Amino acid sequence: MSAISREDVAHLAELAHIAMLDAELDRMAGELDAIVDAIASVSQVAGEDVPATSHPIPLTNVFREDVVGATLTQEEALLNAPDAEDGRFKVPAILEED
Amino acid sequence: MTDIITLSASALAEKLRAGELTSVEAVQAHLDRIAAVDDAEHGVHAFLHVNAEEALAVAAEVDAIRAAGGAEAAALHPLAGVPIAVKDLIVTKGQPTTAGSRMLEGWMSPYDATVIEKIRAAKLPILGKTNLDEFAQGSSTEHSAFGNTRNPWDLTRIPGGSGGGSAAAVAAFEAPLALGTDTGGSIRQPGAVTGTVGAKPTYGAVSRYGAIAMASSLDQIGPVARTVLDSALLQELIGGHDPRDSTSLPETVPALADAARQGAAGDLSGVRVGVIKELQGEGYEAGVQARFDESLELLKARGAQIVEVSCPHFQYALAAYYLIMPSEMSSNLAKFDGVRYGNRVLPTDGNVTIERVMGATRAAGFGDEVKRRIILGTYALSAGYYDAYYGSAQKVRTLIQRDFAAAFERADVLISPTAPTVAFELGAKLDDPLAMYLNDVATIPANLAGVPGISVPGGLSDGLPVGIQFLAPAREDARMYRAAAALEAALEEEWGHPLLADAQDLEQAVAAAKEGAK
Repeated sequence: MSAISREDVAHLAELAHIAMLDAELDRMAGELDAIVDAIASVSQVAGEDVPATSHPIPLTNVFREDVVGATLTQEEALLNAPDAEDGRFKVPAILEED
Repeated sequence: MTDIITLSASALAEKLRAGELTSVEAVQAHLDRIAAVDDAEHGVHAFLHVNAEEALAVAAEVDAIRAAGGAEAAALHPLAGVPIAVKDLIVTKGQPTTAGSRMLEGWMSPYDATVIEKIRAAKLPILGKTNLDEFAQGSSTEHSAFGNTRNPWDLTRIPGGSGGGSAAAVAAFEAPLALGTDTGGSIRQPGAVTGTVGAKPTYGAVSRYGAIAMASSLDQIGPVARTVLDSALLQELIGGHDPRDSTSLPETVPALADAARQGAAGDLSGVRVGVIKELQGEGYEAGVQARFDESLELLKARGAQIVEVSCPHFQYALAAYYLIMPSEMSSNLAKFDGVRYGNRVLPTDGNVTIERVMGATRAAGFGDEVKRRIILGTYALSAGYYDAYYGSAQKVRTLIQRDFAAAFERADVLISPTAPTVAFELGAKLDDPLAMYLNDVATIPANLAGVPGISVPGGLSDGLPVGIQFLAPAREDARMYRAAAALEAALEEEWGHPLLADAQDLEQAVAAAKEGAK
């Protein structure tokens, strides 16, 4: 059974903000299906009683003093921006126009 | 080939201190070597950017301080003046950082990584930035947007990955030292297939601040070198607590170089070396297995006690890794959207809204492997699948940690082949992502558990290097360096020289490749 359909990949690509062509969707659906098939075994290994590990060496309460440290200047922060205006990042329209 | 470039970092440092060589001479010798063998079309192509001017300036500064003598000269770091190459995933001011991706082509970091600050403070001239699979995702450097690196042992073969550039640079004598990053084996597997040394420190032992994040709970910066001692010296330099990395361990750096020197002195009496049953045999090439078995005999001859340990959940490590890593990286790479930095691409038709700009930017900026993993990670994290995939993988991680804990009850260090095969032909596994992923089967468990690992040259199979991996408990990097140095010394005593002395005449091979292409 196919775990990941072409429609699934199209939806995931939309969530991940990657525009994909039809041919790419087809190819990726096949590849991902094979990969998911190979890694699905993890769901059968660990029982309910096994706790999850999110971090190999957990540290707790890592805070610094609440003081202003070194930061980038506005100029430095905007240096690599694809587009900027009046000291701000500039982007195209945020809302769709009808 | 000049003698300068074949010196180990520690030997070169010694000559600089003794005044037998200047740092400018050392840097220039390496720049000449890069010019001779690193051609992008036909050569090693380890470097994406060569930083000649700055490297020579830093070298001249070190030479001037030495010549002046006095307190400032005495205070120089032992590795001052020894040149180093840096994986292009680590950000550097004044030089481009691309992560091997079109997305960051032309990007200039406004800050230095913590490890770079330390290297600058110690005055190691930075030779340049080395090639890698895009955003460190791959095992061959074939996923670099700027063309693959070639293995100095055979220019038609992969140098490993993702840090193939750093490993190839030291193997090709283009640099005595390099920095790498290791998320699933990206320092150790390239070390194995290029006949060099690569170490992944304990998770948190070296600051990750300024390493472009792939999978934050797995990533680790570490040393790439030709000898175990050089690797230890470099880890001592870059290690230590960093308040800018909330996962950085609070402890001070242990005496790693001393541990390496102790190991090289030869005696392993009382050291229990655990052979991981699950990381050998089926799936491992006969030549790899043979070199591994010989290494065990040598360790035994040096007094080590060989015990077999079983880590039954390691068979699920690859699967868990290919859920955790893409999940974390799909989230980490969300920031590359063409808004604040990186390249922006406009959609070719329809409305130009920010959402469509992001889609077009990421479609054009990312290569196939990165896209594949982002989609896989997005899938593993999506509603309805999270528990079955990401949640289960995190539980497997716990089981793997328990396997390690049980194994380290019975052994002081663990040992396995670093990679199941020697370097394969370029292109051989490009169309089969799963086959490519299997390269990391022996290196991934260390990342999942956060324990340190090192690969040392174990000999040749069909004329190509085989790597031997040592693993130690978390925070016991010194133990790993001691055992690795002992094996290195034993093997070199057998061979009568370092393994890289057996490598082909590279300048001739590159010239032949250029000639053949005409």
